[in-house]
Amino acid sequence: MFSFQSIKNYQTFLAENSDGCSVAVNHYLSEIEKNKHLNSFLEVFAAEALQSAKELDAKRKAGKPLGKLHGVLIALKDVICYKDHQVSASSKILTNFTSIYNATAVEKLLAEDAIIIGRNNCDEFAMGSSNENSAFGIVKNAIDETRVPGGSSGGSAVAVQAGLSMISLGSDTGGSVRQPADFCGVVGLKPTYGRVSRYGLIAYASSFDQIGIFANTVDDAALVLEIIAGADDFDSTASEQKVPFYSSELKEEKKSYRIAYFKQALEHPGLDKEIASSIQTYIQTLKDAGYIVETVDFDLLNYIVPTYYILTTAEASSNLSRFDGVKYGYRADLNKEDDLTELYKKSRSEGFGKEVQRRILLGTFVLSSGYYDAYFTKAQQVRRMLCDQTKKIFEEYDAIISPTVPTTAFKIGEKSDDPIEMFLADIYTVYANLVGIPGISIPLFKHSNGMPFGLQVMTKHFDELSLLSLSKQMMQLKP
Amino acid sequence: MEDKYEAVIGLEVHAQLQTASKLFCGDSIAFGAKPNSHVSPITLGHPGTLPKTNKKAVEYAIKLGLACNCEIEENNYFARKNYFYPDLPKGYQISQHTTPICKGGFVKIKTTEGERNVQLNRIHMEEDAGKSIHDRDDDYTCVDLNRAGTALVEIVTEPDLHSSDEAYQYVTELRRLVRWIDICDGNMEEGSLRCDANVSVRLKGEKKLGTKVEVKNLNSIRNVKKAIDFEIQRMINIIENGGTITQQTRSFDASNDTTFSLRDKEEANDYRYFPDPDLAPFHLTKDFINKIQSSLPTLPNQLIHQYQNEFGLSDYDAAQLCDEKHTADFFQSTIQFTQHYKAVANWITGPIRQYLNEHHLSFETILLSPKTLAELIKIVDDGKVNFSVASSHLLPLLMKENKDPLQLAEELNLLQVSDSNELEEWVNEAINKMSDKVVEYKKGKKGLIGLFVGEVKKLSKGKADPKIVTALLQEKLK
Repeated sequence: MFSFQSIKNYQTFLAENSDGCSVAVNHYLSEIEKNKHLNSFLEVFAAEALQSAKELDAKRKAGKPLGKLHGVLIALKDVICYKDHQVSASSKILTNFTSIYNATAVEKLLAEDAIIIGRNNCDEFAMGSSNENSAFGIVKNAIDETRVPGGSSGGSAVAVQAGLSMISLGSDTGGSVRQPADFCGVVGLKPTYGRVSRYGLIAYASSFDQIGIFANTVDDAALVLEIIAGADDFDSTASEQKVPFYSSELKEEKKSYRIAYFKQALEHPGLDKEIASSIQTYIQTLKDAGYIVETVDFDLLNYIVPTYYILTTAEASSNLSRFDGVKYGYRADLNKEDDLTELYKKSRSEGFGKEVQRRILLGTFVLSSGYYDAYFTKAQQVRRMLCDQTKKIFEEYDAIISPTVPTTAFKIGEKSDDPIEMFLADIYTVYANLVGIPGISIPLFKHSNGMPFGLQVMTKHFDELSLLSLSKQMMQLKP
Repeated sequence: MEDKYEAVIGLEVHAQLQTASKLFCGDSIAFGAKPNSHVSPITLGHPGTLPKTNKKAVEYAIKLGLACNCEIEENNYFARKNYFYPDLPKGYQISQHTTPICKGGFVKIKTTEGERNVQLNRIHMEEDAGKSIHDRDDDYTCVDLNRAGTALVEIVTEPDLHSSDEAYQYVTELRRLVRWIDICDGNMEEGSLRCDANVSVRLKGEKKLGTKVEVKNLNSIRNVKKAIDFEIQRMINIIENGGTITQQTRSFDASNDTTFSLRDKEEANDYRYFPDPDLAPFHLTKDFINKIQSSLPTLPNQLIHQYQNEFGLSDYDAAQLCDEKHTADFFQSTIQFTQHYKAVANWITGPIRQYLNEHHLSFETILLSPKTLAELIKIVDDGKVNFSVASSHLLPLLMKENKDPLQLAEELNLLQVSDSNELEEWVNEAINKMSDKVVEYKKGKKGLIGLFVGEVKKLSKGKADPKIVTALLQEKLK
């Protein structure tokens, strides 16, 4: 019976089993089949995965050099383009759309012998915090199927949570990797903005989006990041900064990290009391273990969510203009007298779901002349202030910790009628996207309601090495 | 009646930059390819694709800005102009509309009142849209995206032009400039240079601008002039008849030299410009700008002055040589080998250009080497071959194959004869032939000498050296 703990263990298994990749793929295919009701996958590339597994097994047998992710099964959130495969952003508007190119991240995974096992359900165009906005149905949290897995990368989180894939890639615009990781009890990493190329990631909000990683362990996330990070000729916002060998440079021994947490974050009225007290207790644990943990004043907390929603919807309103029914994807049936404007209106009204339409409208509004300065310009100014304040914090501290989400996974349908309340669930995660720093949610806690929850750790730009090292140390202090 | 009014004209010229690839991706920009063949996923606006700025296009835009005396903006970013249209694949155009790379500046034009600077507002970069073809199919509009994403610069004047003639001069000058610095082929028929005109009229002395009309679809410089003429007259007629001008976008109809309304400009479209988050802002260093400055060729206006002042060429000759850069380059190369500037100018603007025109060739691809031309000038100057023989017999051969002109003249037996015995025979023959004219000459009609020289020329088949022949005739007819 195959079981997966970590990529490292799996590689040992492969060294001893000449048909190891095929065994693994078969195992996962049957797990996916058994857990179909969770609705994690929109499509499983079964035949191809089996074929790749066979080829990789042969490659190993032949003694050829092996990729760093040799035989590792990876699932893709349905916003990441994989050549000659459908990609839909869980939206009707991309009905039957097949990508004609590979996302840079996918290209890099394939070059290291990874096996792409399928594509995961998500909130439509990555807009949502519960995976209830998918055109292809809700995804269930495998720990409690009456609860949401979080969003927008809900399917991807469940894929790792329920053992349906070793690794999955999601995207994180305001917490879409960290929040579902928190809800599902797995590791969820959002790298620094610009660390991983966005080429081939269907855009929600370009200056916020970043491909993120779901994994069982910090080490696995580190290894995958090492592969997919780096400069890209096709993305001018991808950084030229050298990519460290995260997997081998992870420091297990303690460096004297200085850690900050925001007073306002832990005292926020929306924060679940038990989560607050668990984190307070954990802070003491960290202090006892020799870390310096101090509270920092952060008075901009309440501006974060509005700023985030103004800027992301503005960008989204423009990014989603290309889905117009003209070139590809869904086109409405038209009446004879309908003109071009009707084609746009009908195709987009029928093709986009409610939440996506809400955000397009909001974004169009905040960019309109007459409102631009009051909303868009103002929000940009707040973003700049946040960046300045963050810079100051990292002059004194190596990391910031906070809850990942104010509550544990809520019930399906519980918040779907209240967008504002849903937006507030992002209060702790959107900060990292606004300022571009890396963040991770690590599964440290269990609530009395039976659900897991995580701790969010953030470090300064491009300091994923400290982020991952500290996270790994923290996992060893798991309550 | 027209004297009461003054026209105010501003021009927006779009020039396609002849970079190898598009402004934000690697697709070719070659004209005339099969529809939708230069279309990567990026041009097609496929989900997940991103733009990346073509550095060459930035360089070209700066080149033009420097050539037009603009101030170059060091901190730049691209914005998105949002609107829906089938030939705009992303639903927005990436443009610098809000923050142009080149500000201010001017273009010098010649008017009937002398030289004048036409003030520019700006030059900015943007990507071109695709083409919508409405007349191909009865039921559908066809869209060709080959052109989508091609790098453009838009050169916008202040409302600083006051007649169709000035507009004509301005576009002509601008076209020469973009060709001169080699950033655009200036071909208006193929649309690599496109012009929109904003026209309004007002009573002379009035400070306020009249309601403007934008005229599009001007696909030749002549049509720019015709459309403006038509518009000015149309507007004056409306005002004179007590009407008011409606702000409109109009199109020029080349079949009858008129304009017609495309749409009234009700509410201005809200394009919701905002900085494109897919493209990092870019900073231009002074060093980079200076490098481009020093790579610029001498511009035609400077060159014209130089040719007049240093080489003593006439206005006309200097202007002719600087009509396009390859001509000037050829002149420049030839004067490395000879100091006879005027002769070089005459050869270039006369027989050489005529030959090229007749054979549909150009100075860009000319086979005649500057050195050969210099030698040809020298043998004419030395009296070895006369000009008419050189231009009618030697030049056509030298345009096909570089040979030593003197040797060629020898081979063809075209050298001028200065041997007096041989000349004397022709002179005597001419005098004998025209004995009546000899009488007249001797009576004082000295002008007839030309007739005798001409006769000798004929008899010698052009080989007789006219100077010696003249002297000889004068001697004989004393």
